[in-house]
Amino acid sequence: MQENKELSFEQSLDRLDGIVKRLERGDAPLSELLAMFEEGTSLVRACQTMLSEAEQKVVKLRKTESGEPEELPFDAE
Amino acid sequence: MNENIMTVSELNARIKSLIESDPGLLAVAVVGELSNYKIYPSGHHYFTLKDQESSVRCVMFKGSASKLRFRPESGMGVVAVGRVSVYPRDGAYQLYCSELIPQGVGDLHMAFEQLKARLLAEGLFDASHKKPLPRFPRRIAVITSGAGAAVRDIIRVLGARWPMAEVAILPVRVQGAEAPPEIVGAIRYANRWKVGDLIITGRGGGSMEDLWAFNDERVARAIYESEIPVISAVGHEPDVTIADFVADLRAATPSNAAELAVPDHTEMAEQLAAWDSRMLTAVNKRLRELRANVDSLSQRRVLVAPESYVDMKRLELDRATERMAAAMERTVLGKKHRLLALASSLDAMSPLKVLSRGFAVATDAGGAVIRSKKQLRVGDRISLRLADGGAEAEITAVGKDDSNAGK
Repeated sequence: MQENKELSFEQSLDRLDGIVKRLERGDAPLSELLAMFEEGTSLVRACQTMLSEAEQKVVKLRKTESGEPEELPFDAE
Repeated sequence: MNENIMTVSELNARIKSLIESDPGLLAVAVVGELSNYKIYPSGHHYFTLKDQESSVRCVMFKGSASKLRFRPESGMGVVAVGRVSVYPRDGAYQLYCSELIPQGVGDLHMAFEQLKARLLAEGLFDASHKKPLPRFPRRIAVITSGAGAAVRDIIRVLGARWPMAEVAILPVRVQGAEAPPEIVGAIRYANRWKVGDLIITGRGGGSMEDLWAFNDERVARAIYESEIPVISAVGHEPDVTIADFVADLRAATPSNAAELAVPDHTEMAEQLAAWDSRMLTAVNKRLRELRANVDSLSQRRVLVAPESYVDMKRLELDRATERMAAAMERTVLGKKHRLLALASSLDAMSPLKVLSRGFAVATDAGGAVIRSKKQLRVGDRISLRLADGGAEAEITAVGKDDSNAGK
């Protein structure tokens, strides 16, 4: 869940970057112009929400019998 | 014999390239005593390094010399770090020093310099091997002591700057004989299980002995081999360890490592706001342009007076129809003339013309043309076709064979 959110943050930024550049090139036809603007502003809002809602998660990893890592709560000793 | 003769320059050049091709001479640390130490007005330092039996000429260029933290003097015991090469003008090999470490600083320092020189020559510090760091780390593996200020600083700074990044702590000992294998194990484990997309490893400040685990060759190699990018964060600003040279990025302190690892969310929010307003500006500008286009288009006649446009089109259509009708007429007339010409030439060959000259065509009851007397019997009724009509006739006699008749 967290990973998907994170991934989409980077993807959203890349997409947004593309939209801003495309808009600033100044040759978009009216139909695309408004669609891009709508997508861009909703991307900005989505990213802002992700930023403001993010809560740090800290875990301690312990190696289990099988070798696989197990997540434990981390308390700084 | 003659082909073995070379110039002095050629000889020196050959010796120089021979020496420079030996990787063991690219990075050396040599212990000895300084003698004949001279600083030239150019800023370069020239001296000889010697022991009981031997001496070697050395030079330290201005750039390196300016970083010396002590004043070298003749008689002083030092470790000279640098590379060996040949000065072709004199045909003399010499040590090009990058660093001088005063002796008496202990074995650790000596070992550090030797390991550093060896790993440097081996390419472990090459910039080309350094991996790029992820722009937005999703999960950061922190390999350090579970206790102490370092881990707390890292968590705090990461949380303040970029809470989206998860933090996975792999606690290890960072001091003592067990520390290097534990750090190595954790780095390999992190890679084996892909527990993060970035590793921060390090510890807080301390004496050179305290930091020693990060000068361990095994740790250096584990960092070098890590597929996950590594930020080293050992001690305080002036402390430099082997790990710092091998790491993909060196941080001055653990907090600094956290700062370098992630973007700042407030800066990101500003960036988003900036993009937002740039989009708005661009869209407004474009809309104004498009509106201006519409305005200039609407000035055109077709939009201002559509009926006149239709009238004009109607005229064009009429003219085209006329042109087409004329073209069709010309074609039909042409065909009619050709038909008449053909008809008159056909007429000249018509059998009717022949009949009008006094001939008749005889046909039997079935309508077949009679060409021979053999087709006829006495009493047969035949038809005659004359120029102006027909007549019936009866055969009263069939003549003898007179094929000569025409003669």
